[in-house]
Amino acid sequence: MTETAPAATHVDYRTDPSRYQHWSLKIDGPVATLTMNVAEDGGIRPGYKLKLNSYDLGVDIELHDALQRIRFEHPTVRSVIVTSARDRIFCSGANIFMLGLSSHAWKVNFCKFTNETRNGIEDSSRHSGLKFIAAVNGACAGGGYELALACDEILLVDDRSSSVSLPEVPLLGVLPGTGGLTRVTDKRKVRRDLADIFCTSSEGVRGQRAKDWKLVDDIYKTSEFATKVQARALELAAQSDRPGVAAGVSLTPVERVQTADSIEYRYVGIRIDRLRRVAELTVRGPDAAQPTEIDAILAAGDGWWPLQMARELDDAILTLRANELDIGVWLLRTQGDAARVLGVDAILERHATHWFVRETIGMLRRTFARLDVSSRSLFALIEQGSCFAGPLLEIVLAADRSYMASAPDDLDAQPSITLSSANFGTYPSVAGKSRLAQRFYDDADEIVAVREAINVPLDPTRALALGLVTAIPDDIDWADEIRLAVEERVSQSPDALTGLEANLRFGNHETMETRIFGRLTAWQNWIFIRPNAVGEKGALKVYGKGEKAAFDFSRV
Amino acid sequence: MAAIDYNELIPNNVNLSSDRTLQRALEQWQPNFLNWWKDMGPDGSNNFDVYLRTAISAEPNGWAHFDHVKMPDYRWGIFLAPAEEDRRIGFGEHKGEPVWQEVPGEHRANLRRIIVTQGDTEPASVEQQRHLGLTAPSLYDLRNLFQVNVEEGRHLWAMVYLLHRYFGRDGREEGEALLQRRSGDQDNPRILNAFNEKTPDWLSFFMFTYFTDRDGKYQLCALAESAFDPLSRTTRFMLTEEAHHMFVGESGVSRVVQRTCEIMKQHGVEDPAEVRKFGVIDLPTIQRYLNFHFSVTIDLFGADQSSNAALFYSAGLKGRFEETKRQDDHKLNDLMYPVLDYADGALTTHDTAMLNALNEVLRDDYIKDSVGGVERWNRVIAKNGVDFKLSVPHKAFHRSIGKLAGHHFDPNGRPISAAAWQKNVDTWLPSTEDRAYVASLMGRVIAVGKYANWIAAPTVGLNRQPIEMEYVRFN
Repeated sequence: MTETAPAATHVDYRTDPSRYQHWSLKIDGPVATLTMNVAEDGGIRPGYKLKLNSYDLGVDIELHDALQRIRFEHPTVRSVIVTSARDRIFCSGANIFMLGLSSHAWKVNFCKFTNETRNGIEDSSRHSGLKFIAAVNGACAGGGYELALACDEILLVDDRSSSVSLPEVPLLGVLPGTGGLTRVTDKRKVRRDLADIFCTSSEGVRGQRAKDWKLVDDIYKTSEFATKVQARALELAAQSDRPGVAAGVSLTPVERVQTADSIEYRYVGIRIDRLRRVAELTVRGPDAAQPTEIDAILAAGDGWWPLQMARELDDAILTLRANELDIGVWLLRTQGDAARVLGVDAILERHATHWFVRETIGMLRRTFARLDVSSRSLFALIEQGSCFAGPLLEIVLAADRSYMASAPDDLDAQPSITLSSANFGTYPSVAGKSRLAQRFYDDADEIVAVREAINVPLDPTRALALGLVTAIPDDIDWADEIRLAVEERVSQSPDALTGLEANLRFGNHETMETRIFGRLTAWQNWIFIRPNAVGEKGALKVYGKGEKAAFDFSRV
Repeated sequence: MAAIDYNELIPNNVNLSSDRTLQRALEQWQPNFLNWWKDMGPDGSNNFDVYLRTAISAEPNGWAHFDHVKMPDYRWGIFLAPAEEDRRIGFGEHKGEPVWQEVPGEHRANLRRIIVTQGDTEPASVEQQRHLGLTAPSLYDLRNLFQVNVEEGRHLWAMVYLLHRYFGRDGREEGEALLQRRSGDQDNPRILNAFNEKTPDWLSFFMFTYFTDRDGKYQLCALAESAFDPLSRTTRFMLTEEAHHMFVGESGVSRVVQRTCEIMKQHGVEDPAEVRKFGVIDLPTIQRYLNFHFSVTIDLFGADQSSNAALFYSAGLKGRFEETKRQDDHKLNDLMYPVLDYADGALTTHDTAMLNALNEVLRDDYIKDSVGGVERWNRVIAKNGVDFKLSVPHKAFHRSIGKLAGHHFDPNGRPISAAAWQKNVDTWLPSTEDRAYVASLMGRVIAVGKYANWIAAPTVGLNRQPIEMEYVRFN
C-alpha cells in the first residue's frame, strides 16, 4: 500500500454555503437544521466513494463552516437539529476506504480537525446559548454516532432497525477515536460494562435498550419523529439567551496571498523556512482605531480586528497543520501597538454579553485552543515592537517555550507583555481552565502575584520573575540563542516531541477534551500504526475486501 | 400450562420434544405467531378448508402431504434437509474445513443479520398479499395463494428456529421483532423496501411470485452453501417449497397471456384499447408490469459493489448460486468481474474485484434464469399466432440501488434525460390508469371449475386432481 504523499492535495479550509456538496443549512425561526446528504463522488481526494453518508475531511470542513455561519450570520438561531436527508441512514461515520488509503499523518490530522469541530459544537452549547439535537433518523454508526454524541441530545427513530453503534473495534480493529469512547463514558455516563458490550458489537443498540443504556435521550416512532424533534428543538430554543431579533454578520471569505513559502493575510503572516523546517508566524495588532460601541462594532462586522485576526489565525493554523507536515517548529510573534490590543480587550469585556462580541470571544477561544493541540513545537518570540497583551498574550501562554528579548543597555528598546483580566478565564485551554492556572498548577500565591500585575506593561526581568516567560536572552545573544534553540529542537524526534508537548501542555487537570486529545488519541495513534490495524493483513487495510484480518494475538 | 405434544403440533426433525431451550422459546413465540397470522394473514380466511400441501417430514414422501385444512391449524413445521455426512466448507477462507454446527462467535452478528433479513421477507409477502383472496379469479388460484402464504409462514418459522436455537436472547428478540414489523407501515416497516410495496392485484401477485420469489430462490441457494450447517440445511429444505411459488407465478402469467391472445385472435383485435374492451389485460400492460417487477426485484440483490458481500463470502457465510458446480478456486481473491457503470453520459463496464461484486454475480445468474420463463410466455403468444414479444428490460432500467441509481435509462439501456424519462415512463411502467384497469377486472370467482374472464384455466389440476375440484371450502 502506497502512502499518499502529503503534498498531493493542498487542503483549503475555506468554503461557503453556495459551495457545499454534502450539507444543507436551513433556518426556520429559532431553529436551524443541518442536513447531511454526502455526495458519493465528492471526496476531497481521489480513490474512494463516500457511500452511505460517510465522511472525509471535506465533509467536515463544510460542517465546520456551517457552524460558523450559524454562530455569526444567524444570531437568532437558538437550537440546531443535525440530521440526514438519506433514507434510513443517519451517518455511517468516517469513510473507511479513505482511512485505508491515507497516510498516518493524514488520518491524525483529519481526526484532530473533526474532534475540534465536535468540541466546537459543545463549546457553543456551553458558552453561546446554542443547543444541538442529533435527530438520528436512520442507522448511525461510528463517526456518525460520535457526531451525535457531540450534540446536547440524541433522539433516535424507533423503527425497529435503526441503531446507534460504535463498531470500530469489531469491524476495523481500531477505537472510536473521534471522541466516541470518551463521550460514551464522560458525557453520557454509560456504565462501563454496557459500554464494553456496546463498543464490541458491530450491530449496535436500538430502540428502548438504547435509551435504557443512556446511549440516546429518547426514541420516537417514524410517524411522530419529525414533530417530536421539532418540538424539542423549540423547547431548547426557548431556554436560549441568544437574541430574538438581530441581524447577522456576514463572514466574507478569508483573503490570503500565497506564495511557495509564504502566506499573507491582513493581520497574520507566515514565512516558511523549509531548510530549517521552521514557520515564522506573526500576528499583527489593530492598524487603526477600533470601534468602541456596539453599532460601530457591528458595522465593522467581520472586519473588526479581533474577529478578522482570529479567522485568519485559525486558517493559518489549519493550513500549516494540513499542508506543511515537515515544518516542525512554529515561531510565534506579534507586531503592533499593545495599547490598541488592550483597548480591544476592554471593549470585548465591556460588551461580552452582546451576541456578536460573545461569538467573537468564542472564536478567539477556539482558535487559541487549536494551538494547544497542534502537534508542532511552539516557541513564542517576544521582541521589540510586539504586542503580546491581553488576548494575544494567550499565544505566549500556549507556547511550549517563550523567549523575551532583553536590552540591558537600552531599556527603552525592551519589549513588554501585559496581562489583562481576560487571561484569567476568558480563553480557557482544552484543559478547561485558564492557561495561567494551568501554568502555575493552581498555586494560589503565584496566581495572586500575576493577578496583581494586570494591566501593567511587564519588562523582561519582571516577566521572568513572575514565571510568564521561559528566558530573556540579551540582545547581543538573541539571534544565536534562538537559532540554537530552534536547531536543537528540529533535530529531535518529531514523534517524541509531539508526545512530550501534549503531556506538558495538558497539565495535571483532566477534562473530557484532554482525555480525548490525550488518552484516546494516544491509544488510537498507537493502534493506527500497529500491524493489527495497518499491516498488509491489518483490519483497517483488509476492510471491505472480504479478507479476514490476520492478528498477532500477543497482548502488548 | 398443559403439556404440549410438540411433535404433533409442530412437525419437525430437530428433536423439538427433547430440546427445552427451543420449547421455551417457541412456547412464547407460537401464540404470537398465531395472533400475527390472524391479524395479518389472508383476510377473512381463518375458517376456510383449504386443500394444502403440508410438510410432515423431510423424507422424500413426507414433504408433500395433501389435505383440506384450516389455515390456522396448518402445521407449520421445522425441517432441515437431511444432514450430509462429513460436509465441508465449499468456499472462502475456511474452504475444506468441516462445516460449523454452532455459530462461531466472530460471525454471530453477520449471521444473525443475514437470517433476520431473509426471515423478514417471509411474513412481509404474506402481509403484502393478504387482501388478494377477496378477488381470486378461481378456487384453484385462491388455493395457490393460500399455499404460498402458509409456506411463507413456514419459512418464517424456519428462520425463527435458527434464531431461537442458535442466537440466545438476541435471537428471541429478533424473532419477536419479525412479528412486529409490518409491510408498508411507516413506523415499523419491513427491512427491504420491495417488501413494503403493495401487491394490489393478481397480475402483480403472479409477477411477484415469478420474479421476487425467484430472488428468494437465489438468496436461499446462496445460503444453502453456507458453512453454518443448520442454515444450509434449513434453506435447502425451503427451496423445495419455493419452487412451487415460482410455478404459481410462471403459470399464472402464462394463463393471463394465453387468455389475452385467445381474445385477440377470436375478435381480431390488436390495439390495446380494443383488447381491453373484451375484459382482458393487453400485452403492453403485461410488459409494463413485467418491467416494474423485474427492476424492483433485481435491486434486492444489493449494491453492485459491496464490502459485506465480500466479507460474507470469504467468511463462508454466504456462497454463490451453485457454488460447488463452479470451476474456480472458490476463494476468488484474484478474480475480476465486469460491473456496469455510468460515466460521461454512457453505460460502460469496468472490472472490479469479484469478491466485492458478488451481489452482481448473483444478480446476473438470476437474470439469466428469469429470462427463461419469459421465453416460455413468448411461446404461448407465438402459438396463438400473435405477433408480440415480451422481454425483460435492460439491467440498468429503473434502478434505485447501486451505481445506476439516480440516472435514467430506457428499457433497452440507453441513457436518457430526466425529461425523457418523465415523458415516457407511462409507456414503460404501469401507469395509475393501467393499475386502475387491472384492478377493475379483479372480482371474486368461487364457483367450482370457473375462472375469471381475464385468465385461462390451468391445463391440469393440483396433485393430479381435476381442475374443477373444490380446492377451497368456505364453510
